This record gives sequence, structure tokens and C-alpha cells, in this order.
Amino acid sequence: METAESTPKSQPSRIDRMRSAVADFFLMLYRIYLFFLQFFKEVFLPPYEWKEVFRQCYEVGVRSFTLITLTGFIIGVIFTKQSRPSLLEFGATSWLPSLVSIAIMKALAPLVTALIAAGKVGSSIGAELGSMRVTEQIDAMEVSGTKPFKFLVCTRVLATTLSIPLLAIYVALIALLGGYLNINQNEGTSYSTFIQQAFEPLTFVDFWASLAKAVVFGFTIGIVGCYQGYNADKGTEGVGKAANGAVVTAMFIVFIEEVLIVQIAGWFR
Amino acid sequence: MQKEKVNIDKSNEVIRIRGLEKSFGDYHVLRGIDLDLYQGENLVVLGRSGTGKSVLIKLISGLLRPEQGSINVLGNDVINITERELEALRIRIGFSFQNSALYDSMTIRKNLEFPLVRNRKNLTRKEIDDNVHSVLEAVGLLQTINQMPAELSGGQRKRIGIARTLILNPEIMLYDEPTAGLDPITCIEINDLINEVQQRYNTSSIIITHDLTCAKQVGDRVAMLLDGQFQRVGTFDEVFATDDPRVKPFYNYNFTE
Repeated sequence: METAESTPKSQPSRIDRMRSAVADFFLMLYRIYLFFLQFFKEVFLPPYEWKEVFRQCYEVGVRSFTLITLTGFIIGVIFTKQSRPSLLEFGATSWLPSLVSIAIMKALAPLVTALIAAGKVGSSIGAELGSMRVTEQIDAMEVSGTKPFKFLVCTRVLATTLSIPLLAIYVALIALLGGYLNINQNEGTSYSTFIQQAFEPLTFVDFWASLAKAVVFGFTIGIVGCYQGYNADKGTEGVGKAANGAVVTAMFIVFIEEVLIVQIAGWFR
Repeated sequence: MQKEKVNIDKSNEVIRIRGLEKSFGDYHVLRGIDLDLYQGENLVVLGRSGTGKSVLIKLISGLLRPEQGSINVLGNDVINITERELEALRIRIGFSFQNSALYDSMTIRKNLEFPLVRNRKNLTRKEIDDNVHSVLEAVGLLQTINQMPAELSGGQRKRIGIARTLILNPEIMLYDEPTAGLDPITCIEINDLINEVQQRYNTSSIIITHDLTCAKQVGDRVAMLLDGQFQRVGTFDEVFATDDPRVKPFYNYNFTE
């Protein structure tokens, strides 16, 4: 007779594991979608927690200011510096302001802001809500007749949706400043010439597409961070997983959104 | 402190549970629970860890849903209630969590104001302040009003957790392990506070614990949860007047060498 000991438990094959991981990922996306629907169900209904929204805007915006400033400036300088040799080969360094502004305004500013925010803000939201879930603070809100989803999730998602576009505009300006300083130092281009050349190739569609991207990225970072934290498993491990999941999932979705919005904006040009 | 005599209205059940069943996967935690809590009564639920004591009060407060059975709280069917009705009912139930569950990012004042300003919208600033001062005085911790939860000791956090539930003047109190992790002197203080809450606020309470000193000091009745069911319900002495090998070790561990 065969016993449990004599029959080794069959290990799932690599394909099975991959299939399971893909299924888990799509299940998570579906759950995020349900979470997203709950957000829209609750966000328009009173009571409105404006005070908490402003507090969260402060947390998202002001607390990220130093990192965003530094990153934006460095991106402007580095991008300009790295682009110069290629343009120099064709004697086209006068195109640098246009090149830098197109790259920054159309792609880099919203994307870089979103990636920084996903790392800093998304992980912080995931960890904070995860910790609140684990220590029963969310349950405590629920049993005291208040709506934790509204107070914790709606406010944070609104805050990231409002703050991240503002941060993206700020990053764009700071990066352009970095680019200008580098161009001014090397080519001696004046400020007014730089501004004229930088904004000449940009259209309103470019500006609105970038702003729309930043709004969508902000919403994504907020909703994913909140989803991960709000549904954290019990235990401290769950808090770490929530923070990590918030960053990884938000970044992944942000990249997909970037591709989609670029395609959609292309149809309007 | 000796418990004062309280008036228990046995004709008035504030909680009535029948045939309650709850499972987590294959693990059947509660297997057909029947329980009544009378007006003005302190009922202690005793049992080993993992027997579903905390699950029971989470079911009562609507945080979890059972597979079967009925839960009637203050005339409301908790299982078939609407979300809005459940919110309204929860204001009438105070839930003191095992780890206090104080909001880390808020001061004690804000912790206490949080449920108040969201559920009593017509209160003036002065009335809110008066309420906060009143419950903090009731738990003897007025001096902590501007402190953060992290600055308090375990016993103080428990008291503030109780104060936060009292601020809405609940009719029912649910205490989840109120003395867990506290030193014996603080345990006695918490037990006295539970009795004081019963007297002063005229609450009916379920106290989840495995601390027999607590059970003896605060319980008007004791219910012993074993194998997913209440095997023994009665006064403290009645419950432990048995040679049941599942019950006796509890008493021996706490009260004999």
C-alpha cells in the first residue's frame, strides 16, 4: 500500500507556476478595478473630508518637494549634456532647447514625477494603511460609525490626483531650468531665446496630454497604494508587502498608461 | 475593589444570538452559538486562544459575517441590516480593541474627537471639548489630552481606547482582551474601570478574556467557549464547579499553585 511518505508530493511545473502568477496578477487588477468602482461610489457622497484632503496634499506635495526639485534639475542638466554630442555631429546644437523641452514636457516630467511619487508617496500610503489595517485602526473607525474608506482612501486618492500634476508641472519647469543653465553655459544662449525655442515646437495638445497623463498617474498611484494598504494581510510582513506592492504595481500600470495616452494623444494631433 | 450590585433586567435582551456558525476555510471556529446578553449585565466570555472569542464580538459588531445563525442587537438583525442601519447601530455599540487601536497619527484629543464630530454633527466646539474632557476624566487620564498614543503606556492606551468608545455614550460595550499584556496592578485598575463604566454609563457588556481574575472581578455571568460552543454559562462559581478536564485547568492555572 502506498503511504503519504512513499509518494512524494508532485511539485508544480514552471509553466504551472507562471500560469498561477499571471492569474494572480489579473485577479489583483480586477480587485483594483472593484476598489476603483467603490472609490467613485463614495467620493461624491457627503460627508466631504476636505480638511484631510488638504492635509494629504501637503503630505504628498510639500514632503516630496526636495526630492522632486533635485531630480527635476538633474534630469534637465543630464539630458541636455547627453544630447549635445549627437546634435554637435550635425552642427545642430541650436536645436537643443527644442529637443530638451519636447522630451521634458511630453515625456520625462510626468513620467519621472510619477515614478518618484510611486516610490515615495505610493509606498508611504501602502505602509501607512497597511499598518492601520494590521493594528485594527481601520476596524476601529468602522465600528465607531465612521467610513474608513471615505476618510482614508478617498482623501488620499484625491490628494495624489491633485498634487502629482502640480508636481509634474514643477518638475518640467525645474528640468527646463537645468537644461537652460547647461545650454547657457556651453552655447551662450540667452534666456529669452531659450524660452522662445523651447516652447515653439510645443502645442496645446502636448501640454494637455502631459497634464492628463500626470492626473491619471496621480490617480493610479493613489488608488494602487490605498488598495495595497487597505487590503494588507495581518502581520508586519503584510505591511512590507503592501508598501512593496504599491510601488511595483503602480509603476507597472503607469508604464502601460504612458503607452496608451501617447497613442490616444497621437490621434488628436 | 469589590464589585457593586448592579440592576440586571433579565426581561430585556440587548443581544440575542442563535445558532451562530463561522468558519475560516476548513476551520469551524463557532459551531452553533446561542447567547443572550441582558440589559445592564457584564458577561465574560472565557476560552482558550483561537476558540473564536474575538470572532464572536466582531460578528456582533458586523465586522465579520457568519455562515449561519442570527444576531439581534438592540432590536436590529445585524446580518440582514442595510449598511446605513449598521452604521447607526454601531454608534450604540462601543468596541474596545485588544491593542487599543488608537489612531497613531492623531493626538489623544483628536482620537476622541474623531468619532464624535462625525456622528454628532450639531455639537458646538465647546460641547465637543466638554465631552472629551468628561470621558478623559472618567478614565483618569485628562493630563494626556495633547499627547500622542506612542507616548502612553499599555494601560493608558487601553483606558484611552475605552474612553474613545464611551464618547458616543454606547448602550453596549464589547471589550476584546482588556487586560492582555498588562501588569497585575494595571489589570485591577482596568477591571475597576470596566465596572465603573457599567455603573456610570449603564452599559451592557461582553468582555472577552482568558484572565480569570478579570472574569471574577467584572463578570455578572461567565460563558465558557469550548469546541466552538458555549459549554458552561452561569456565575463564575457555577461555571467552575465542575471536574470537566477542559474547564478545570483554567481555574487551577489562575487560582492554585
